[in-house]
Amino acid sequence: MSDDHILSVDRLMMRFGGIVAVNSLSFTAERRKITALIGPNGAGKTTVFNCITGFYRPSGGALRLVHDDGRAFQLERLGDFRISKLAKVARTFQNIRLFPGMTALENLMVAQHNALMRASGLTFLGLIGAPAWRQAEERAIDLARTWLDRVGLLLRADDAAGNLPYGDQRRLEIARAMCTEPALLCLDEPAAGLNARESGGLNELLLSIRDLGTSILLIEHDMSVVMEISDHVVVMDYGVKIAEGAPQAVRDDPKVIAAYLGADEEEAIAVMESGT
Amino acid sequence: MSATSARPSPAPPTSGAAFIFKKALISAGVALVLFSLMIGVRTEAGPQGGLIYWTRFGDLAVLVATVFGGSIIVELLRQWWGPVDSDRFVPKPVQTAMAFAGRWLAPALLVFAFLIPVIFYNQRYILDLSILVLTYVMLGWGLNVVVGLAGLLDLGYVAFYAVGAYSYALLATNFGLSFWVCLPLAGILAAFWGVLLGFPVLRLRGDYLAIVTLAFGEIIRLVIINWQSLTGGPNGVSGIPRPTLFGIPLDNSDDGLAAKLGIDFSPTHRIIFLFYLILALALITNWVTIRLRRLPIGRAWEALREDEVACRALGINVTTTKLTAFATGAMFGGFAGAFFATRQGFISPESFTFQESALVLAIVVLGGMGSQLGVALAALTMIGGFELFRGLDQYRMLVFGMAMVLLMIWRPRGLIGHRAPTVFLERNQAISSDLVKEGHG
Repeated sequence: MSDDHILSVDRLMMRFGGIVAVNSLSFTAERRKITALIGPNGAGKTTVFNCITGFYRPSGGALRLVHDDGRAFQLERLGDFRISKLAKVARTFQNIRLFPGMTALENLMVAQHNALMRASGLTFLGLIGAPAWRQAEERAIDLARTWLDRVGLLLRADDAAGNLPYGDQRRLEIARAMCTEPALLCLDEPAAGLNARESGGLNELLLSIRDLGTSILLIEHDMSVVMEISDHVVVMDYGVKIAEGAPQAVRDDPKVIAAYLGADEEEAIAVMESGT
Repeated sequence: MSATSARPSPAPPTSGAAFIFKKALISAGVALVLFSLMIGVRTEAGPQGGLIYWTRFGDLAVLVATVFGGSIIVELLRQWWGPVDSDRFVPKPVQTAMAFAGRWLAPALLVFAFLIPVIFYNQRYILDLSILVLTYVMLGWGLNVVVGLAGLLDLGYVAFYAVGAYSYALLATNFGLSFWVCLPLAGILAAFWGVLLGFPVLRLRGDYLAIVTLAFGEIIRLVIINWQSLTGGPNGVSGIPRPTLFGIPLDNSDDGLAAKLGIDFSPTHRIIFLFYLILALALITNWVTIRLRRLPIGRAWEALREDEVACRALGINVTTTKLTAFATGAMFGGFAGAFFATRQGFISPESFTFQESALVLAIVVLGGMGSQLGVALAALTMIGGFELFRGLDQYRMLVFGMAMVLLMIWRPRGLIGHRAPTVFLERNQAISSDLVKEGHG
């Protein structure tokens, strides 16, 4: 397996009782690239996400994550919070899950929990106000400030997250995920509910995150986002991969069009040929 | 003033004399139907075994009239003061006065607490009451960690209070350990039991968590009652040593504190010592809680209350976070329990009933979950109010219940409902209670 791949999904299976939500799915996500996972509603995209981020335990298959320094993690064995803590996989949610009663800054501080726990000597050094802890807290606030600035929320740092407009909440959630300093950032429909201008801003943000060295895995319905920023697209339907490749190639794939239009493959080809 | 409100708007359906009258009439009608059989007709077994009955229409009329009048009063009150969040006109000077009071209330209370033994030196009743209030302030602050910060509903908090009390009582009477050795031990043991309770309830939320913690509180009490060889069962543990000032007893013996200082002995010395002891313990609880809120563990507790799923996605170990919340809260309960044992000199399972848990929980909820000052005020109101209404005899509970219901109507998120952020860049502004989650277990 090549080292260019940060994530290798190998024959991933996910069954819920008799229902096979993901059936022997294999794909790879390249390092420092944006990989998009698309497909019609109910194709199993979010299920794949939940397997990768430890919310589901896969029924079968392997999920291998390799860090820049060569350390490898088998995500299907880690599970739960360890995937974020050890394997450094961060995620956002389709329906935003911020801490609404905490300020934007506090949200980003919670994201640095594990680093700060170590710095505070599992709370004991922090309780007596040790200098090392104070410095660590200063650094954490600086990191939070940097990310608030990057997502354009610096002026709203002390406002409750629940009071922010929808678009700001989306960006704050991405900033919060980035404050865990992830190797792989998984975004579940980050452009959902955004207007065209906000969606354009999101594209720039995601490209800048990629250029900072974080690999991104993305579920998205908004094709303008997918086509503009992704380097590689994986298309799913009914739990299986139906196509894969560069955005342009995928868009012209009759199988993909058929899946999205809900038509037979031959019909789709006929439609395309008559159209062009 | 907008243009629409200048126009004569249709009469709002929830005000006006006709509406009030109609509502009162409906209430009176319901009362008439309900009470006509319960109050209006009285049946009894006659001397021959047959059923005899007589009517009490006078009483019935009084009750229905009371409901009618009461309904009008309630409706008027509602319209004058309005329900929660309705716009009420508050003059500017009142607002500034309130803000001023809000800022200086906590320091003023603290100074007053320190001066209580000086002001009320000869009033034993007030000193005892202050000690009682402070004990509940400390218990409230302890439970606040679990319920207010971590959002885990704990109905069995008295179990840790009991563990702390019995730890001190048994260690002191059996092994002769001093209070100052036993105090940390009582805290550690209570924390240990907190973790033990934590493990089985980790997966439970909301109502289920509440029921299991309730059961845990009862289990501890029943074990204490039935394990006679260790705890003395229902007879309790008596002869618990009084606390000493680092080895100097506070009695009228030759090496007592009074003799050493060369002053006349007075039993008030011990009461004052106990007062400052519980004040110090409560303030330590408060200080630690305030510090913990600003540390990652405290933020993780609050984040857990806000959204557990998001916590997991951020790599926070939900299990240990919940357990530390239980353990920290239990530890403070254990300290308070050890103090309770040394103050009373005698403990029995009767002191650790569910009513105590409910009282402490009521203090936390009434005070505003998560607010330290609110909890202190609520403890003062609840315990102090309880004593204040003592003259009302059997109506005490009635008045008290009414007061609580009214308070919850006007301030459903407690006396101090807003949340203060733990860290800020520019502005330290309170967060409205509408946004702060209550946690769901």
